[in-house]
Amino acid sequence: MAKLIELKGITKSYDGECVLNSIDLYIRDGEFITLLGPSGCGKTTTLRIIGGFETADEGQLYFDGAEISDMPPYKRQVNTVFQKYALFPHLNVYENIAFPLRMKKIPEEDIKKRVGDMLKMVALLGFENKSVSTLSGGQQQRVAIARALVSHPKVLLLDEPLGALDLKLRKDMQNELKTIQKAIGITFVYVTHDQEEALSMSDTVVVMADGEIQQIGTPTDIYNEPKNAFVADFIGESNIIDGIMLQDKKVRFAGHTFDCVDGGFEKNEAVDVVVRPEDVDVVDIEKGMLTGQVTSVTFKGVHYEIIVDIKGFKWMIQSTDYVAPDANIGLYIEPDAIHIMKKSKYSGKFGDYSSFSDEIDLLSDADSAEEF
Amino acid sequence: MKNKKSLMSSIMAAPHIFWAVLFIVLPLIIVVFYAFTDANGNFSFSNIASLGDYAPIFGLSLELAVIATAICLLIGYPLAYIISKASPKSQKFFMMLLMLPMWTNLLIRTYSIMAILDDGGFLNSIFGAVFNVDEPLFHIVGTKGAVIFGMVYDFLPYMVLPIYTCISKIDKHMWEAASDLGCTPIQTLIKVILPLSMSGIISGVTMVLVPSISTFYISQKLGGGTFEVIGDTIERQFVTGALNVGAAISLIMMILILISITVMNKFSDEDGGIIV
Repeated sequence: MAKLIELKGITKSYDGECVLNSIDLYIRDGEFITLLGPSGCGKTTTLRIIGGFETADEGQLYFDGAEISDMPPYKRQVNTVFQKYALFPHLNVYENIAFPLRMKKIPEEDIKKRVGDMLKMVALLGFENKSVSTLSGGQQQRVAIARALVSHPKVLLLDEPLGALDLKLRKDMQNELKTIQKAIGITFVYVTHDQEEALSMSDTVVVMADGEIQQIGTPTDIYNEPKNAFVADFIGESNIIDGIMLQDKKVRFAGHTFDCVDGGFEKNEAVDVVVRPEDVDVVDIEKGMLTGQVTSVTFKGVHYEIIVDIKGFKWMIQSTDYVAPDANIGLYIEPDAIHIMKKSKYSGKFGDYSSFSDEIDLLSDADSAEEF
Repeated sequence: MKNKKSLMSSIMAAPHIFWAVLFIVLPLIIVVFYAFTDANGNFSFSNIASLGDYAPIFGLSLELAVIATAICLLIGYPLAYIISKASPKSQKFFMMLLMLPMWTNLLIRTYSIMAILDDGGFLNSIFGAVFNVDEPLFHIVGTKGAVIFGMVYDFLPYMVLPIYTCISKIDKHMWEAASDLGCTPIQTLIKVILPLSMSGIISGVTMVLVPSISTFYISQKLGGGTFEVIGDTIERQFVTGALNVGAAISLIMMILILISITVMNKFSDEDGGIIV
């Protein structure tokens, strides 16, 4: 797949505060790429620069090989689905979708056909004459998608488009968006702070934090081979432990030497070790590579979430078997469940569950819903 | 919930109701009474019937008011648009500049304009001195232009304020969405912003047209007594004691204004009803 959009050294500051620090990124034709990160990481700003609503302080933006850094939005072959839809309240559903075609002075019969096709695609046939303000959130979202796609853009930008929808509708729309993207085969650039959404929809995930790209990769790469402690923590749950790489495929952490599958580090290099909670097996205490005391057990439906204190470090373990609180248990970790990362500025900031609580997670989710 | 009005809320509303009855409803009844009676207090249609005589004055008033309103709109819309697009700090400053003249009484402002524009006024003295002529160079006061100028000067803020409020309330994503979907800045203004600010335009037009059509002070001072608008006529009736004819003209004016506001409200969007 050819490079369709390319960002080179894109830098942007607001009031002296750097929100994007020399971003290099290319987006291939026809892929579903997601910019994922917490509130304030610069993902929305990146999207707005591609859309033309912001201009970068430094760096160049290329579209199909030509530089478009200073091109106004109305000349770009890129359309946007805005976070709050931004439908025109003075126009009905039909006229909202027909709007970009009217701007291009397309003949009336063509407009009728294309708007009809779009309404069919988003399952809103029969809604033509309704006022957009009478539609539900999900319906408004569909109108916004139809309006953005009707003029056949090469790229669709989506700025947290499902943020305002409830969970059930959100899941449905995720599937629908993916289906639409496959059906029309254009590039989707999707912005979200929801890691699950990113993993389930994307071909490529770009994890961002503090105005920098942390990692670019397929969802499985990002999950299985996180590059640093930030990515490991942000995508899914992770135990991140300080370790020492004794030699290739031998790592020592938590007072035990483990076999692993990674190599290519210096001898005795200090590293971050990631172990996913679902990859830890609970065994009898004498069979365990590590032993610890259970401090809390929470039933989560599919599994129990168990917090285990191992030499003062709190691990999270997900197990389908119940373990009693305060019990001493053994833990067994397969070599391929151990992922080794180089030390980064995020080392030591994440991956310890001693202050863990679901409420803190919820709080940090709520404030990221509104990002600019 | 509505029929469960508490005693407390009735008590709280009482002063307002009393005020409204005393100063709005009662005067209206008195106006209607005078309009349909003769000097002796007998029921009569003669006041209403005589209104045909004032048709040319009605026409002139309407002409001046419509022109003044149109000029206010032409100046006021771009002004409101520019202010609403400025930085928050500049917006405050511009709004203050706009409101500043309104701190001065309307009569005093009008009188000052007269002092400036008069044949022997400030403007003519300055130019007279510069070009060394004794005759006034500009004859402004006493023309329709002067009256229209006065109306525009006095009522412009009433046009700018509602439009400014309306434009600044438009979601900023509307601009971005329009641009995203292929609108140049001019097309965005015409296709999106103008329709979305229609309720502000209608409020502004109403708030300028109504006082312009019924003004008497501006036309007296800046018209230089050369012509009469309907406000002058009404004033003259009351000053000379012809209360019944004055009441009849006022009543008709009121009805005409009510009709025009109702018509204009039809063009406004559903949520933007206007109260003047």
